[in-house]
Amino acid sequence: MAKKKKKMPGLNTSSTADISFMLLIFFLITTSMDTDTGLIRRLPPPPDKNQEQAQIDVKERNILNIQVNAAGRARANREEIEINYNTLTAPALKEIAKRFILNEANDPNLPELQTVQTDNMKKVGMPPMNITVNHVISVQTDRGTPYWVYFLVQNELVAAYNELRDDFSKKNFKCEYQYLTEDQKAAVRDVLPQKISEAEPKDYRKN
Amino acid sequence: MGFKKKQSREMPEMNTSSLPDLIFTILFFFMMVTTMREVTLKVKFTVPQGTELEKLEHKSAVSFIYVGPPTDEYRGKYGGGTRIQLNDRYAEPPQVKDFIAQEREGMADQSKQTISIKADQKTQMGYITDIKEWLRKSYALKISYSASHRGK
Repeated sequence: MAKKKKKMPGLNTSSTADISFMLLIFFLITTSMDTDTGLIRRLPPPPDKNQEQAQIDVKERNILNIQVNAAGRARANREEIEINYNTLTAPALKEIAKRFILNEANDPNLPELQTVQTDNMKKVGMPPMNITVNHVISVQTDRGTPYWVYFLVQNELVAAYNELRDDFSKKNFKCEYQYLTEDQKAAVRDVLPQKISEAEPKDYRKN
Repeated sequence: MGFKKKQSREMPEMNTSSLPDLIFTILFFFMMVTTMREVTLKVKFTVPQGTELEKLEHKSAVSFIYVGPPTDEYRGKYGGGTRIQLNDRYAEPPQVKDFIAQEREGMADQSKQTISIKADQKTQMGYITDIKEWLRKSYALKISYSASHRGK
Protein backbone atom coordinates (compact mmCIF):
# COMPACT_ATOMS: atom_id res chain seq x y z
CA MET A 1 0.00 0.00 0.00
CA ALA A 2 2.83 2.30 0.80
CA LYS A 3 4.15 1.68 -2.68
CA LYS A 4 1.23 3.41 -4.21
CA LYS A 5 2.73 5.83 -6.68
CA LYS A 6 2.78 9.39 -5.49
CA LYS A 7 2.81 11.56 -8.56
CA MET A 8 5.42 14.29 -8.46
CA PRO A 9 3.79 17.60 -9.09
CA GLY A 10 5.11 18.96 -12.38
CA LEU A 11 7.37 21.96 -12.17
CA ASN A 12 5.77 24.99 -13.62
CA THR A 13 8.09 25.97 -16.45
CA SER A 14 5.98 28.62 -18.07
CA SER A 15 8.38 31.35 -16.97
CA THR A 16 11.51 29.71 -18.45
CA ALA A 17 10.75 31.33 -21.76
CA ASP A 18 10.58 34.75 -20.14
CA ILE A 19 13.83 34.26 -18.27
CA SER A 20 15.69 33.05 -21.33
CA PHE A 21 14.18 35.90 -23.34
CA MET A 22 15.66 38.36 -20.91
CA LEU A 23 19.08 36.74 -21.16
CA LEU A 24 18.75 36.65 -24.92
CA ILE A 25 17.98 40.34 -25.09
CA PHE A 26 20.94 41.11 -22.84
CA PHE A 27 23.34 39.24 -25.11
CA LEU A 28 21.72 40.70 -28.19
CA ILE A 29 22.50 44.17 -26.91
CA THR A 30 26.03 43.52 -25.69
CA THR A 31 27.11 41.51 -28.69
CA SER A 32 29.36 42.99 -31.29
CA MET A 33 29.75 40.85 -34.34
CA ASP A 34 32.45 42.87 -36.04
CA THR A 35 35.67 40.92 -36.15
CA ASP A 36 38.78 42.97 -35.97
CA THR A 37 40.81 43.00 -39.16
CA GLY A 38 44.25 44.35 -39.82
CA LEU A 39 47.72 43.78 -41.19
CA ILE A 40 49.36 41.21 -38.99
CA ARG A 41 53.07 41.63 -38.37
CA ARG A 42 55.70 39.96 -36.25
CA LEU A 43 58.16 42.23 -34.52
CA PRO A 44 61.76 41.15 -34.08
CA PRO A 45 62.72 40.27 -30.50
CA PRO A 46 64.54 42.99 -28.60
CA PRO A 47 68.27 43.19 -29.28
CA ASP A 48 70.37 41.07 -26.99
CA LYS A 49 72.49 43.19 -24.70
CA ASN A 50 75.62 41.16 -25.41
CA GLN A 51 75.10 41.06 -29.11
CA GLU A 52 74.00 44.60 -29.53
CA GLN A 53 76.91 45.44 -31.76
CA ALA A 54 76.63 42.31 -33.85
CA GLN A 55 74.63 43.48 -36.82
CA ILE A 56 73.43 40.93 -39.28
CA ASP A 57 75.33 41.66 -42.41
CA VAL A 58 72.93 42.09 -45.27
CA LYS A 59 74.34 42.79 -48.68
CA GLU A 60 73.19 46.04 -50.13
CA ARG A 61 71.66 44.41 -53.16
CA ASN A 62 69.38 42.38 -50.90
CA ILE A 63 67.74 45.38 -49.27
CA LEU A 64 64.89 47.39 -50.62
CA ASN A 65 64.95 50.49 -48.53
CA ILE A 66 61.69 52.35 -48.43
CA GLN A 67 61.72 55.65 -46.67
CA VAL A 68 58.67 57.69 -45.89
CA ASN A 69 59.29 61.24 -44.75
CA ALA A 70 57.23 63.58 -42.59
CA ALA A 71 55.53 65.07 -45.64
CA GLY A 72 54.24 61.64 -46.59
CA ARG A 73 56.57 61.25 -49.58
CA ALA A 74 57.99 57.82 -50.19
CA ARG A 75 61.29 56.78 -51.73
CA ALA A 76 62.45 53.30 -52.62
CA ASN A 77 66.23 53.00 -52.79
CA ARG A 78 66.44 56.78 -53.24
CA GLU A 79 63.95 56.76 -56.07
CA GLU A 80 60.90 58.92 -55.54
CA ILE A 81 57.63 56.98 -55.64
CA GLU A 82 54.34 58.43 -56.66
CA ILE A 83 51.46 57.83 -54.29
CA ASN A 84 47.94 58.25 -55.52
CA TYR A 85 46.26 60.07 -52.64
CA ASN A 86 42.76 59.65 -54.05
CA THR A 87 42.70 55.90 -54.43
CA LEU A 88 45.20 55.43 -51.59
CA THR A 89 47.43 53.23 -53.70
CA ALA A 90 51.00 53.31 -54.97
CA PRO A 91 51.10 51.09 -58.07
CA ALA A 92 54.70 52.11 -58.75
CA LEU A 93 55.78 50.86 -55.35
CA LYS A 94 54.02 47.56 -55.88
CA GLU A 95 55.79 47.07 -59.20
CA ILE A 96 59.18 47.89 -57.70
CA ALA A 97 58.56 45.47 -54.86
CA LYS A 98 57.46 42.68 -57.20
CA ARG A 99 60.47 43.14 -59.44
CA PHE A 100 62.71 43.20 -56.38
CA ILE A 101 61.28 40.04 -54.84
CA LEU A 102 61.43 37.99 -58.03
CA ASN A 103 64.55 39.27 -59.78
CA GLU A 104 63.65 37.21 -62.80
CA ALA A 105 66.44 38.56 -65.00
CA ASN A 106 69.10 37.90 -62.35
CA ASP A 107 69.99 41.60 -62.27
CA PRO A 108 73.16 42.15 -60.19
CA ASN A 109 71.50 45.14 -58.51
CA LEU A 110 68.55 43.09 -57.32
CA PRO A 111 68.70 40.42 -54.59
CA GLU A 112 70.82 37.37 -55.26
CA LEU A 113 69.16 34.15 -56.33
CA GLN A 114 69.78 30.85 -54.63
CA THR A 115 68.62 27.45 -55.72
CA VAL A 116 66.51 26.10 -52.92
CA GLN A 117 64.27 23.12 -52.29
CA THR A 118 62.74 23.05 -48.83
CA ASP A 119 60.96 20.10 -47.24
CA ASN A 120 57.62 21.75 -47.84
CA MET A 121 58.44 22.04 -51.53
CA LYS A 122 59.53 18.39 -51.75
CA LYS A 123 56.26 17.34 -50.15
CA VAL A 124 54.21 18.75 -52.99
CA GLY A 125 56.71 17.68 -55.62
CA MET A 126 58.19 21.02 -56.56
CA PRO A 127 61.60 21.06 -58.19
CA PRO A 128 64.41 23.20 -56.74
CA MET A 129 63.91 26.83 -57.62
CA ASN A 130 65.82 30.06 -57.84
CA ILE A 131 64.61 32.20 -55.00
CA THR A 132 65.77 35.51 -53.57
CA VAL A 133 66.07 33.93 -50.15
CA ASN A 134 67.86 36.76 -48.43
CA HIS A 135 65.88 39.72 -49.64
CA VAL A 136 64.58 42.18 -47.08
CA ILE A 137 62.17 45.03 -47.55
CA SER A 138 62.68 47.62 -44.90
CA VAL A 139 60.28 50.46 -44.26
CA GLN A 140 61.76 53.40 -42.47
CA THR A 141 59.78 56.32 -41.21
CA ASP A 142 60.32 59.66 -39.67
CA ARG A 143 58.70 60.47 -36.33
CA GLY A 144 56.40 62.86 -38.16
CA THR A 145 55.28 60.48 -40.89
CA PRO A 146 51.51 60.20 -40.96
CA TYR A 147 50.37 56.73 -39.93
CA TRP A 148 48.08 56.32 -42.92
CA VAL A 149 50.94 56.75 -45.40
CA TYR A 150 52.96 54.15 -43.53
CA PHE A 151 49.95 51.87 -43.57
CA LEU A 152 49.41 52.48 -47.27
CA VAL A 153 53.01 51.49 -47.98
CA GLN A 154 52.69 48.35 -45.84
CA ASN A 155 49.44 47.47 -47.58
CA GLU A 156 51.03 47.83 -51.01
CA LEU A 157 53.91 45.59 -50.01
CA VAL A 158 51.59 42.87 -48.75
CA ALA A 159 49.59 43.29 -51.96
CA ALA A 160 52.79 42.74 -53.96
CA TYR A 161 53.50 39.49 -52.10
CA ASN A 162 49.90 38.33 -52.42
CA GLU A 163 49.86 38.97 -56.16
CA LEU A 164 53.12 37.11 -56.63
CA ARG A 165 51.82 34.19 -54.62
CA ASP A 166 48.64 34.16 -56.67
CA ASP A 167 50.57 34.24 -59.94
CA PHE A 168 52.86 31.49 -58.76
CA SER A 169 49.97 29.33 -57.56
CA LYS A 170 48.14 29.76 -60.85
CA LYS A 171 51.21 28.75 -62.79
CA ASN A 172 52.01 25.70 -60.66
CA PHE A 173 48.70 24.54 -59.22
CA LYS A 174 46.23 26.13 -61.64
CA CYS A 175 44.31 27.95 -58.94
CA GLU A 176 44.64 30.95 -56.67
CA TYR A 177 46.63 30.87 -53.46
CA GLN A 178 43.60 30.94 -51.17
CA TYR A 179 42.21 27.72 -52.68
CA LEU A 180 45.39 25.68 -52.19
CA THR A 181 45.76 22.96 -49.60
CA GLU A 182 47.72 23.77 -46.46
CA ASP A 183 50.76 21.83 -47.73
CA GLN A 184 50.74 23.69 -51.01
CA LYS A 185 50.34 26.99 -49.21
CA ALA A 186 53.35 26.22 -47.04
CA ALA A 187 55.39 25.44 -50.16
CA VAL A 188 54.35 28.68 -51.85
CA ARG A 189 55.23 30.57 -48.70
CA ASP A 190 58.67 29.00 -48.83
CA VAL A 191 59.13 30.12 -52.41
CA LEU A 192 57.84 33.62 -51.72
CA PRO A 193 58.54 34.34 -48.06
CA GLN A 194 57.18 37.62 -46.78
CA LYS A 195 60.12 39.57 -45.50
CA ILE A 196 59.12 43.00 -44.43
CA SER A 197 61.41 44.29 -41.74
CA GLU A 198 60.01 46.32 -38.90
CA ALA A 199 63.06 48.51 -38.92
CA GLU A 200 64.44 49.78 -35.67
CA PRO A 201 63.96 53.48 -35.28
CA LYS A 202 67.60 54.14 -34.47
CA ASP A 203 68.51 53.07 -37.98
CA TYR A 204 66.75 55.87 -39.72
CA ARG A 205 68.06 58.61 -37.50
CA LYS A 206 71.55 57.76 -38.63
CA ASN A 207 70.71 58.14 -42.28
CA MET B 1 -29.44 26.79 -31.24
CA GLY B 2 -27.34 28.66 -33.70
CA PHE B 3 -25.64 30.51 -30.87
CA LYS B 4 -24.61 27.36 -29.08
CA LYS B 5 -22.66 26.21 -32.07
CA LYS B 6 -20.48 29.32 -31.93
CA GLN B 7 -19.44 28.64 -28.36
CA SER B 8 -17.99 25.26 -29.16
CA ARG B 9 -15.70 26.65 -31.87
CA GLU B 10 -12.84 27.66 -29.57
CA MET B 11 -9.32 28.12 -30.87
CA PRO B 12 -7.16 25.20 -29.76
CA GLU B 13 -4.32 26.46 -27.59
CA MET B 14 -0.91 26.44 -29.19
CA ASN B 15 1.63 24.18 -27.60
CA THR B 16 4.40 26.43 -26.38
CA SER B 17 6.40 23.86 -24.48
CA SER B 18 9.27 23.97 -27.01
CA LEU B 19 9.51 27.74 -26.93
CA PRO B 20 12.08 27.85 -24.11
CA ASP B 21 14.26 25.39 -26.03
CA LEU B 22 14.13 27.56 -29.09
CA ILE B 23 14.99 30.67 -27.17
CA PHE B 24 17.78 28.84 -25.38
CA THR B 25 19.31 27.86 -28.70
CA ILE B 26 19.38 31.45 -29.87
CA LEU B 27 20.66 32.50 -26.47
CA PHE B 28 23.58 30.07 -26.65
CA PHE B 29 24.44 31.33 -30.12
CA PHE B 30 24.70 34.88 -28.88
CA MET B 31 26.61 33.82 -25.80
CA MET B 32 29.19 32.19 -28.06
CA VAL B 33 29.70 35.07 -30.43
CA THR B 34 29.55 37.84 -27.90
CA THR B 35 32.60 39.78 -26.85
CA MET B 36 32.09 42.44 -24.32
CA ARG B 37 34.02 45.60 -24.72
CA GLU B 38 35.34 46.24 -21.30
CA VAL B 39 36.79 49.66 -21.90
CA THR B 40 35.13 52.93 -22.66
CA LEU B 41 36.91 54.72 -25.43
CA LYS B 42 38.59 57.92 -24.43
CA VAL B 43 40.22 58.56 -27.78
CA LYS B 44 38.71 59.14 -31.18
CA PHE B 45 40.12 57.21 -34.06
CA THR B 46 39.41 56.34 -37.65
CA VAL B 47 41.52 53.36 -38.61
CA PRO B 48 43.21 53.42 -42.02
CA GLN B 49 41.77 51.47 -44.91
CA GLY B 50 43.45 48.56 -46.62
CA THR B 51 42.83 45.77 -49.09
CA GLU B 52 45.11 43.01 -47.84
CA LEU B 53 43.72 42.59 -44.35
CA GLU B 54 43.56 39.43 -42.32
CA LYS B 55 41.02 38.49 -39.69
CA LEU B 56 42.25 38.35 -36.13
CA GLU B 57 41.71 34.93 -34.68
CA HIS B 58 41.70 33.82 -31.04
CA LYS B 59 39.66 36.74 -29.83
CA SER B 60 40.40 36.08 -26.19
CA ALA B 61 44.12 36.49 -26.84
CA VAL B 62 43.82 39.94 -28.39
CA SER B 63 44.65 43.09 -26.45
CA PHE B 64 43.96 46.53 -27.79
CA ILE B 65 45.98 49.70 -27.77
CA TYR B 66 44.10 52.77 -28.84
CA VAL B 67 45.85 55.81 -30.22
CA GLY B 68 44.24 59.08 -31.21
CA PRO B 69 43.14 62.51 -30.01
CA PRO B 70 40.95 62.65 -26.86
CA THR B 71 37.19 62.49 -27.31
CA ASP B 72 35.26 65.74 -27.02
CA GLU B 73 34.53 65.01 -23.36
CA TYR B 74 38.21 65.07 -22.43
CA ARG B 75 39.37 67.57 -24.99
CA GLY B 76 39.11 70.51 -22.64
CA LYS B 77 41.21 68.80 -19.99
CA TYR B 78 43.82 67.10 -22.12
CA GLY B 79 43.93 69.17 -25.30
CA GLY B 80 43.83 67.90 -28.84
CA GLY B 81 47.17 66.10 -29.01
CA THR B 82 47.55 62.40 -29.67
CA ARG B 83 47.08 60.17 -26.63
CA ILE B 84 47.56 56.48 -26.03
CA GLN B 85 44.83 54.61 -24.21
CA LEU B 86 45.53 51.41 -22.33
CA ASN B 87 42.56 49.87 -20.55
CA ASP B 88 40.54 52.74 -19.17
CA ARG B 89 43.09 55.49 -18.95
CA TYR B 90 45.58 57.52 -20.90
CA ALA B 91 49.12 56.24 -20.73
CA GLU B 92 52.65 56.90 -21.82
CA PRO B 93 54.55 54.43 -24.03
CA PRO B 94 56.63 52.89 -21.15
CA GLN B 95 53.40 51.80 -19.45
CA VAL B 96 52.83 49.43 -22.34
CA LYS B 97 55.11 46.98 -20.59
CA ASP B 98 52.94 46.77 -17.47
CA PHE B 99 49.86 46.60 -19.61
CA ILE B 100 51.17 43.59 -21.52
CA ALA B 101 52.17 41.80 -18.33
CA GLN B 102 48.74 42.45 -16.88
CA GLU B 103 46.95 41.23 -20.00
CA ARG B 104 49.06 38.11 -20.09
CA GLU B 105 48.13 37.09 -16.59
CA GLY B 106 44.62 35.95 -17.34
CA MET B 107 45.44 34.49 -20.70
CA ALA B 108 45.15 30.77 -21.34
CA ASP B 109 47.55 30.56 -24.27
CA GLN B 110 50.12 33.31 -24.03
CA SER B 111 51.90 32.32 -27.21
CA LYS B 112 48.88 33.43 -29.19
CA GLN B 113 48.84 36.87 -27.65
CA THR B 114 48.21 39.48 -30.30
CA ILE B 115 48.26 43.21 -29.87
CA SER B 116 45.89 45.10 -32.07
CA ILE B 117 46.96 48.70 -32.54
CA LYS B 118 43.90 50.75 -33.25
CA ALA B 119 45.40 54.04 -34.24
CA ASP B 120 43.89 57.06 -35.89
CA GLN B 121 45.09 57.38 -39.45
CA LYS B 122 46.42 60.89 -38.86
CA THR B 123 48.64 59.82 -35.98
CA GLN B 124 52.31 60.59 -36.36
CA MET B 125 54.52 57.53 -36.66
CA GLY B 126 56.57 58.58 -33.63
CA TYR B 127 53.85 57.34 -31.28
CA ILE B 128 53.51 54.06 -33.15
CA THR B 129 57.26 53.53 -33.17
CA ASP B 130 57.46 54.12 -29.42
CA ILE B 131 54.67 51.64 -28.79
CA LYS B 132 56.34 49.09 -31.04
CA GLU B 133 59.63 49.49 -29.20
CA TRP B 134 57.97 48.83 -25.86
CA LEU B 135 56.06 45.89 -27.27
CA ARG B 136 59.34 44.40 -28.38
CA LYS B 137 60.81 44.95 -24.94
CA SER B 138 57.86 43.12 -23.40
CA TYR B 139 58.12 40.29 -25.93
CA ALA B 140 54.66 40.91 -27.31
CA LEU B 141 55.79 40.39 -30.86
CA LYS B 142 52.64 39.59 -32.74
CA ILE B 143 50.91 42.78 -33.65
CA SER B 144 48.18 43.87 -35.97
CA TYR B 145 47.70 47.28 -37.48
CA SER B 146 43.94 47.46 -37.22
CA ALA B 147 42.21 48.68 -40.35
CA SER B 148 38.94 48.54 -42.22
CA HIS B 149 38.28 47.03 -45.61
CA ARG B 150 38.31 49.05 -48.78
CA GLY B 151 37.18 47.81 -52.16
CA LYS B 152 39.97 47.06 -54.62
